[in-house]
Amino acid sequence: MTVIVVALMVVFGIAGWWLSQQRLMSKPWLESGSVAAYPGTESGPMPMAKVGLGILLAVVGCLFALFTSAYSMRMEYADWSSMPVPPLLWVNTGILMLSSVALQCALVAARNGHRDLVRLALATGGLTAIAFLAGQLVVWRELEATGYFLTANPANSFFYLITGMHGLHIVGGLVGLGRTTARAWDRATPRDRLTLSVELSAMYWHFLLIVWLALVVVLAGWAESFIGICRQLLT
Amino acid sequence: MVDVTHGAIGSVPPAEVPEMDLYHPHSWWTKYVFSQDAKVIAIQYSGTAIAIGMVALVLSWLMRLQLGFPGTFDFITPEAYYQFITMHGMIMVVYLLTALFLGGFGNYLIPLMVGARDMVFPYANMLSYWIYLLAVLVLVASFFAPGGPTGAGWTLYPPQAIMTGTPGGQQSGIILMLVSLILFVIGFTMGGLNYVVTVLQARTRGMTLMRLPLTVWGIFTATVMALLAFPALLVACVMMLFDRLLGTSFFMPAVVEMGEQLRTNGGSPILFQHLFWFFGHPEVYIVALPAFGIVSDLIATHARKNIFGYRMMVWAIVGIGALSFIVWAHHMYVSGMDPYFGFFFATTTLIIAVPTAIKVYNWILTLWRGDIHLTIPMLFALAFIVTFVNGGLTGLFLGNVVVDVPLSDTMFVVAHFHMVMGVAPITVIFGAIYHWYPKITGRMLNEALGQFHFWVTFLGAYLIFFPMHYVGLMGVPRRYSELGDMALMTDSAHDLNAFISIMAFIVGFAQLVFLFNLVWSIRHGKEAGPNPWRATTLEWQTEHTPPRHGNFGKELPIVYRWAYDYSVPGAKEDYIAQNDPGEYGAPGAHA
Repeated sequence: MTVIVVALMVVFGIAGWWLSQQRLMSKPWLESGSVAAYPGTESGPMPMAKVGLGILLAVVGCLFALFTSAYSMRMEYADWSSMPVPPLLWVNTGILMLSSVALQCALVAARNGHRDLVRLALATGGLTAIAFLAGQLVVWRELEATGYFLTANPANSFFYLITGMHGLHIVGGLVGLGRTTARAWDRATPRDRLTLSVELSAMYWHFLLIVWLALVVVLAGWAESFIGICRQLLT
Repeated sequence: MVDVTHGAIGSVPPAEVPEMDLYHPHSWWTKYVFSQDAKVIAIQYSGTAIAIGMVALVLSWLMRLQLGFPGTFDFITPEAYYQFITMHGMIMVVYLLTALFLGGFGNYLIPLMVGARDMVFPYANMLSYWIYLLAVLVLVASFFAPGGPTGAGWTLYPPQAIMTGTPGGQQSGIILMLVSLILFVIGFTMGGLNYVVTVLQARTRGMTLMRLPLTVWGIFTATVMALLAFPALLVACVMMLFDRLLGTSFFMPAVVEMGEQLRTNGGSPILFQHLFWFFGHPEVYIVALPAFGIVSDLIATHARKNIFGYRMMVWAIVGIGALSFIVWAHHMYVSGMDPYFGFFFATTTLIIAVPTAIKVYNWILTLWRGDIHLTIPMLFALAFIVTFVNGGLTGLFLGNVVVDVPLSDTMFVVAHFHMVMGVAPITVIFGAIYHWYPKITGRMLNEALGQFHFWVTFLGAYLIFFPMHYVGLMGVPRRYSELGDMALMTDSAHDLNAFISIMAFIVGFAQLVFLFNLVWSIRHGKEAGPNPWRATTLEWQTEHTPPRHGNFGKELPIVYRWAYDYSVPGAKEDYIAQNDPGEYGAPGAHA
């Protein structure tokens, strides 16, 4: 459970930092009066959707941290045999990175008000994400063809489970991206509304990319060897 | 900190909080069924939770019939008994308490108390309820599935949960249970995001965090915890579903069942326990923190006194929230864990008693020399304090490894758990319903019926659970449907069991009186007026009672003070509402 505890520490750290800005030491019973006297204690200016997404990402992060925790605990049992990383997985990783880059471009274009570029970049981001999902399915097929069935070994079970979960989150993201793209095509959408929408999509995409990279590090066994090296250094 | 002088007041512009794009209902369907108004959603959540809670109440009666009068009722087979246990526990903890506190009270009170027009994502909020309802329906469906619901115990420990010997293990019972829980988590996440973001971003002008009523603090912190803890339940459920449906070995060790080797191999049931309790322990506080918050407000309002140690109360809520994530393994002392590991968790468990005790002291000091009105909400609040202290003390026993190991499998644990997590939060729910019912319906609940309900429930609950501690100390184990005439089942143990069962029936029937009161008072209750308890918080200052869609009038209220200005010396009345500018004059007067 180390992974999830570390992840929670990060979340608590952020929450604690935010709380420390909120004058928790004040004595409200002495401080009646207008809000003008207490700057910085009102609801922040950040758009609600962005705050909401930030919190959702913390939840999603915890979800994957928990899967990783379970993975590392199950790994210690005798019947574990790690599986090789299919080379196609690296191609997929590259595609997902491209997708993220495309969305970042869309964000820059949206901020500068180039609506055509936004449309192009959003479409690219969406298509590359779909390509990523297709690539993942091919990876599953390949693995099955070479005998790495779901139930053959817990390492395999975890591989399918975790990549599947990540894929599901991409699918969910595609729904949001679809709505953003529709907005980009709709001339009636005001510019700042579109920018926010693109920003949210990009945020989600970058986050899922980071999660994916972390998952690859775990699934490829690098995390294990890294911890091994750290242990050796310490002892 | 800065003591503000009155001269420091600039002009306050009128509420600048933009009108959120509210979806005003156009038809009966969108007003009462597919409503996006948090208040309607709150009532839908509460109604559903109470309805499914009644099912769980009946299940507890059936269990008590078997325990009190073993062998008398043929239809209660051992399998059926396990199904009753499982469904009773799961429904009460997840589908009633969590849903009612967060989905019910959270939805109703957060927007009103922070001075917002509605939740910030009304559509997701509506979806949250409908997914919750779906989860409940899937759960109910398992009663009618072949083989009936799962009988795995409410903790669903593998491997037995998904094996042939357990009711529903190889039929659809366990599948429906897991699917229902997964749906619940998804639905809750949608609602939870709403509650958190509304508190963060939709507070009205002047409502600083330190001016929030403690109810909001409790629900807010509990929601943050739930958002972080429920994923663990989701992970556990998804993995067990894989084990059950696809034959993976996440939790399933090598098992020989009926002389036949199953295909599973090498899995770890302990892994499930870690995941389950990583959710399960915060869950205790997900239910307790809203109760703490609400009870603080009830006590301050009905004792006409400011809450003692408001800052300390806030810090304690946040502290308990954080600490509760590092105590989960105290549910696993008997799982054969490393003793040092157990020692660590025993320590953290006992540390959590410190902020909790601070809260209890502060409630008592709030009452000290207060102008105590023994209204029904106050009676329930007092009952909560007593019950929570009782249940908490036995918690200190069980938090120690050496005491827990012999007691772990006895009825003592059942008694402890029901005191601290059953009776205590339920008394707060009752108190809160008596307190806010006038705002929700515009009418008071009937006082005489309320008195009857309170005394039967309070005394009855003690007559049920106090003897149960003794039964446990005598060594009577939990989880058994029938013990026959074993040496530890002395005549007195049998008599106590029968007595507990009879009391359970009486207390259960008192709840029907309460339900009758809820329905009857909608039309026949005394007119309440906008602020019958003369309370300070914003929900009592709305233009209309019950508040309409949008909560407040044209302008959102501006908050000038904290939520506990009761019996202020020199004030005209014995309370000053949060949006009362008082000596600072009307908004703009100082311009």
